[in-house]
Amino acid sequence: MESVAKSNSKGCGFVRYVKTHIWLYLLFLPGALFFIIFKYVPMLGVVIAFQNYNPFQGFLGSPFVGLTHFKNFFIGPDFWMLLKNTLAISLLNLIFYFPLPIIVSLLLNEIKSLGYKRVIQTLVYIPHFVSFVIVASLTYTLFNINNGILHELLLNITGKSIDILASPEYFRGMIIGQSMWKETGYGTIIFLAALSGVDMELYEAAKVDGAGRWRLMWHITLPAIRGTIVIMLILRVGSILNTGYEQIYLMSNDLNRSVAEVFDTYVYTKGIIQGQYSYSTAVGLFKSVISMIMVLGANKVAKMCGESGIY
Amino acid sequence: MGKKHTKIKRSFGDQVVQVIIYVVLTGFAISTVLPFLYIVAGSFATEKEIVERPFFIIPRVISFNAYKFIMETGETFRGLRNSIFVTLVGTAINMLFTTTFAYPLSKKDFKGRNIILNLVIVTMVFSGGMIPSFLVIKNMHLLNTYWALFLPGAISAFNLVIVKNFFEGIPKELEEAAIMDGCNDFWIFAKIILPLSKPVLASISLFYAVGHWNDYFAPMMYISNPKMEVIQIVLRRVVLLANGVATDGSMLDYGTLGAPPDKAVKMAVTVVATVPILLVYPFIQKYFTKGAMIGAVKG
Repeated sequence: MESVAKSNSKGCGFVRYVKTHIWLYLLFLPGALFFIIFKYVPMLGVVIAFQNYNPFQGFLGSPFVGLTHFKNFFIGPDFWMLLKNTLAISLLNLIFYFPLPIIVSLLLNEIKSLGYKRVIQTLVYIPHFVSFVIVASLTYTLFNINNGILHELLLNITGKSIDILASPEYFRGMIIGQSMWKETGYGTIIFLAALSGVDMELYEAAKVDGAGRWRLMWHITLPAIRGTIVIMLILRVGSILNTGYEQIYLMSNDLNRSVAEVFDTYVYTKGIIQGQYSYSTAVGLFKSVISMIMVLGANKVAKMCGESGIY
Repeated sequence: MGKKHTKIKRSFGDQVVQVIIYVVLTGFAISTVLPFLYIVAGSFATEKEIVERPFFIIPRVISFNAYKFIMETGETFRGLRNSIFVTLVGTAINMLFTTTFAYPLSKKDFKGRNIILNLVIVTMVFSGGMIPSFLVIKNMHLLNTYWALFLPGAISAFNLVIVKNFFEGIPKELEEAAIMDGCNDFWIFAKIILPLSKPVLASISLFYAVGHWNDYFAPMMYISNPKMEVIQIVLRRVVLLANGVATDGSMLDYGTLGAPPDKAVKMAVTVVATVPILLVYPFIQKYFTKGAMIGAVKG
């Protein structure tokens, strides 16, 4: 590795170190190979975005075409559709899902009975650990127009049959709803952890001064998790292009495709299914670069806000 | 609100708010478990009851037909067996790669440590993307082998950082004593570091295992041999594609059983895919709060 070669030039200190710690380097080897082969080779592999990649000519032999694939992507009709779909899902997530774990944490914080609190926590964390295929299966079972119980319920309330699974206008709501059901409970962990650090005497002192529930929440609880909220919000905005494709792929079908196609599912369809390796790599590279810039930018903003950042 | 005796006596309004909080939280908790209970009940019910009764969590007539059916058609059972294999072997490979790589990096004087750590962190924010990774796996002829599920995710950078930080926290004196006794780095790693790290290794391996069990996208991309299908792939086909038609358009093989109890079978397959997660959940719960927190804090 590059790093090893660099330290080598420093002379015999390194050689002696390697000799006495040969086992450290042997242990290090499998992981290093993993990172090179499965992380760094694919990074170099993005050159095919600038080529007309042909499996027979390989990475090295395929002809270079410059920015043709990027140009085709940006002037083609798909780019705006993908951007719109991705941003719509992310923004709806931000508005409807993001506040929920905070609200639930605040509610849990009001509970005095530890046993009750633990039972609730145990139950609401469960969905986080089941797969999206299971979430999709549950959604199908509950909402299918052929006896799905929630479909029947909606039918009784609204008086009309709503096919949530196959209608473009309900697709985004369905995705956000799934995220809310699956992740709200688990999302409370980080806020509850921040709350556990609050000194109970603060509450007692404020109560003696005559503060009620709302004032305690406003002046003690919320300030205690403000930092966490800010950093979670910034990070969420930073990863706005990352909608998570497994969930979306599983819920999309021919009927709702027009609103379900996002960058990652598009890369899969064009690349793996249709075999347009170079074009889809260009799309993926565009997304990777933009989201890297946004994540790093978000991290910087978080640091400027006085938070520790992630990287 | 906020009368003088807040500690002992609450105002009426305050008590109402407290009740509302309990109701909201209880409702939320019920809404997370109710779908699971319904699915379990349905899988043990007759087809007739599922169609006729709007909602139930205890079937009137207990029927094992759905489970009999999935045992006899074989694909669910095969998917389950494959998933167990992939999860066990995959997690073992994860742990092997993660711990051996974390140990050298946990040594402050390991030459090249900082550059390597930075190179690892780069992979957390940037990746070559789906297609180049796919081509690497394809060119290594790993398609349609379980290696394609084991190797490309062998180390998660987040878990690596957690393990490395834990190793760093182990007192140096313990190692020094072993060095005096003439142990080399490998024996220190195997006899001292690993046994002392049991809690963190347990939690990390649970996270890896759940990841393998739940993975759908990688098996879909890399495995096309029906004999090697994992349970998530089977589940998706049975529930979402349904109507007896497989992904490739061919009819599923029902053998001599005739038409299946369709709805109950869908529920039964969902239950079968969920149960292993629920079985390990108590153990996960014991550890994950810790794990999630370390992961969320600076690496």
